[in-house]
Amino acid sequence: MSTADPLGASIPRLEARDKVAGTARYVDDFVRPNMLHAALVQSPFAHARIRSFNVEKARALPGVRAVVTGADVPVRRVGAMLKDETMLATGKVRYVGEPVAAVAARDPETAALAARLVEVDYEPLPAVLTIDAALAPGAPILHEELASYVRTMEGGSQGNLMWSSRLVEGDVDQAWAKCDVILEATFQTQAQQHAYLETNGVLAEVEANGRITVIAACQSVHHVQTRVADELGVPMSQVRAQVPRVGGGFGGKHATNIHSIAAWLARATGKPVKLVLSRAMDMEIQKSRHPSRIRIKTGATRDGLILAREADITLDGGAYADESPNVLAFCSLMVRGPYRVPNLRVVSRAVYTNKLRAGSFRAFGNPQGTFAGESQMDELAAKLGIDPLELRLKNAAQPGDHWVGGHTLHTCALRECLGEVRKAQKAAPPLPPPAPGRKRGVGFSSTTSISGLMGTSASVHLRTDGTVALNTGCVDIGQGSDTAMTQICAAVLKIPVERIAYASQDSDLSPYNWKTAASRSTYMTGRAVQAAATVVREKIMEHTAEMLECSAADLELREGGKVGLVGVPGKELGFKDVAMRSLFHVGGPILGYHGLVYDGEKFDPKRTLMERFAFSNLGVYTFGATCVEVEVDELTGRVQVLRAWSAHDVGKAINRAACEGQIQGAFTHGLGLALYEQMIWDDDGRLANPSLADYRVPGILDVPPQITPIILEFPEPSGPFGAKGVGEVPLPGVSPAIANAIAQAVGVRLRQLPMTPERVLDALEAKAT
Amino acid sequence: MRETLEYEITVNGEPTPVRARAEATLLEVLRTECGLTGSKRGCDQGVCGACTVQLDGRPVRGCLTLAANVGTRKVTTIEGLAGASALHPVQQALLDAGAIQCGFCTPGFVVTLDALLRENPRPSADAVRHGLSGNLCRCSGYVKIVEAALRAAGAQS
Repeated sequence: MSTADPLGASIPRLEARDKVAGTARYVDDFVRPNMLHAALVQSPFAHARIRSFNVEKARALPGVRAVVTGADVPVRRVGAMLKDETMLATGKVRYVGEPVAAVAARDPETAALAARLVEVDYEPLPAVLTIDAALAPGAPILHEELASYVRTMEGGSQGNLMWSSRLVEGDVDQAWAKCDVILEATFQTQAQQHAYLETNGVLAEVEANGRITVIAACQSVHHVQTRVADELGVPMSQVRAQVPRVGGGFGGKHATNIHSIAAWLARATGKPVKLVLSRAMDMEIQKSRHPSRIRIKTGATRDGLILAREADITLDGGAYADESPNVLAFCSLMVRGPYRVPNLRVVSRAVYTNKLRAGSFRAFGNPQGTFAGESQMDELAAKLGIDPLELRLKNAAQPGDHWVGGHTLHTCALRECLGEVRKAQKAAPPLPPPAPGRKRGVGFSSTTSISGLMGTSASVHLRTDGTVALNTGCVDIGQGSDTAMTQICAAVLKIPVERIAYASQDSDLSPYNWKTAASRSTYMTGRAVQAAATVVREKIMEHTAEMLECSAADLELREGGKVGLVGVPGKELGFKDVAMRSLFHVGGPILGYHGLVYDGEKFDPKRTLMERFAFSNLGVYTFGATCVEVEVDELTGRVQVLRAWSAHDVGKAINRAACEGQIQGAFTHGLGLALYEQMIWDDDGRLANPSLADYRVPGILDVPPQITPIILEFPEPSGPFGAKGVGEVPLPGVSPAIANAIAQAVGVRLRQLPMTPERVLDALEAKAT
Repeated sequence: MRETLEYEITVNGEPTPVRARAEATLLEVLRTECGLTGSKRGCDQGVCGACTVQLDGRPVRGCLTLAANVGTRKVTTIEGLAGASALHPVQQALLDAGAIQCGFCTPGFVVTLDALLRENPRPSADAVRHGLSGNLCRCSGYVKIVEAALRAAGAQS
């Protein structure tokens, strides 16, 4: 590897050797002396009042060390925007599987047996399992005390209406009259599960003075620390959160109740307690992507200029709010598509139902909105008789545009992305003709996503021997941020990545980071790393100037950790010389720190009316385009994606292979959403498919052999070395691109995900009659 | 309480005494009794392949294999494939191809690919895809894993 430019190179992950050798350690790989195992008692009802608990039999079982029920825990509600959820159900249960009690015992079998011995007396209540049932007059109410819950802002909550918001730009009512063509349709999407290969898990340990250490498979130690402290009712100084290697997250490993449950049991017993969820329990009690119903209306002139778009969005939030208000906000912001839409009105709401909470999941409301919007773009193109790609190019957002909320787009290569996927698809070798009874189609879509949001920070320390320690709060859940952060630091200091030690995250030590979420690590934490490393570089220059008795302006950083006098090759000092001086003679240890919150333009309230949105700005936008070739079997209804191209203007690929891996992986999540994945609840509200056998994650034979990533680099001025995020943007465009390809292949429009063989056949049958 | 059995299995060439419940799976015994945590529990139902180990060189699900039924068959785990200094060609290829993301599925892929390439040293891309159809990866989209397998096959020949 060249030390001159550690950026852009596809260097292997720093921890790749551990991962291929099986020595990487995940939370379930840890054991402690005298460690206890926890088990949960789950609600059999979708909605019921808890009359009483009887834990005597469970407590009496030999080997049981502690039993805790919701009745034992002071009510401390938590939640991102609306604090409506407790560690264990108190008073009521609101979904099947909800934890009502927990047990700690000497081994997993005893814990599981004891959990079955906990008796709970329930008074079943009528349940609401759909959006319509929840909003029907006289519907059973999930949260009778909703009005009294603490919230970070007013969300218009009432009855089973969890949150509602509104986004308006221009005047759609006036614009409709100027439209030559207006289309309106309703689109629906399903509950998708994160299905990270490693389930959620935690190991909690207690110190003699009561301080708790929580080792969690998570996306932010700071978030886990905050939630455990809140639920236990202790100051954050009494909770330490650490993270080992994490086996995938995708939004499903933010702080969760199991962290607090394990911490509670550890405090109650004085012993380490491990709680690693079974696959079934993880699917039953963690979270899903929001099921949605979106009515969308778009109007354009005869020559294809979009004048107005209106959307009415309803998300099924499940039993607790979690991130619903923010997912709703993102869905509202993204449903316009990456276009110039002068008149826009989005009305949206999230509702409570007696099912698993829906929450954050890679791309955060964007896939729902984009499925509706990008499907409608193709229908609009068909109605206007314009090529769908040309229609997109005509309306595409462009650099310099004042876009969502008036935000200036400094980089926007949507048109280039669309051009690239079309060019690549046209240049691809032709496929052999389809078998009889099968038809082929090509579909396109456009997308955008943000990277930004909230606070983050980094610190860089120069060690005695001139090597460097890098600390951030950014958790690598598999996306490769450990390596990307190290590459950024290496590039600033011109040293090989091997001379940098990237610390794993620990709330006692790591500088603050909100979370690994929203495609923000490379852009946000990367900025912090770049700035912190720059502070160190400047201090090194100052020291060297004093040591060489010259001006810092006459010095240059040389490859491999040296500083030299410009034009004098031999005249140089190493980082070690500078470090020794700083540590033992002058100045003190060299430490660089930088912290920031997303500091881009705020939404312009004169341009955009935004009601009940938590964010006043978002971040920088990454744009992308997707192209798929699909084959539809008219006999079986099976849809197969044969080839795919996915182009994104990432600013700068810090690690090319990792960037490609993000694109291919996100595409595959989108493919699962489009064709295969669906959580199904039965009429009693019980999850009918809580296993990887019955819930179908795409396997290797389900994905196209080639998912071709196309990386476009137009440097974002505010990004680290020009980089923007890429983790989410390839996902939302997949389902509409497939739907558009199906429409081209067989002439039917599918408006509900997943596009299963049954739905395809139904549509073909409806077309024939 | 419940029946505990004592027996011996050969893991990575080493005879290993085991004391475990009669119904303990090989995955459980490897992880808890033998301290070999490289095999992962992803689903415990034989679907995801993260627990794949070899019995006499053939890949099996650790979570569907009763440890007490292993008998004299030789167990090879991910730890038995990794050298202390040099990596197995499959491991090296996965690393070089950038096929590693969260890493939780990786040991299962390595163990499966090792068996696949011994049986078919020069597989087609299609043969690799079929050979890996019992292993789930949620991060990568599989493209780079297939690239790595073909690269490893090239390196081995």
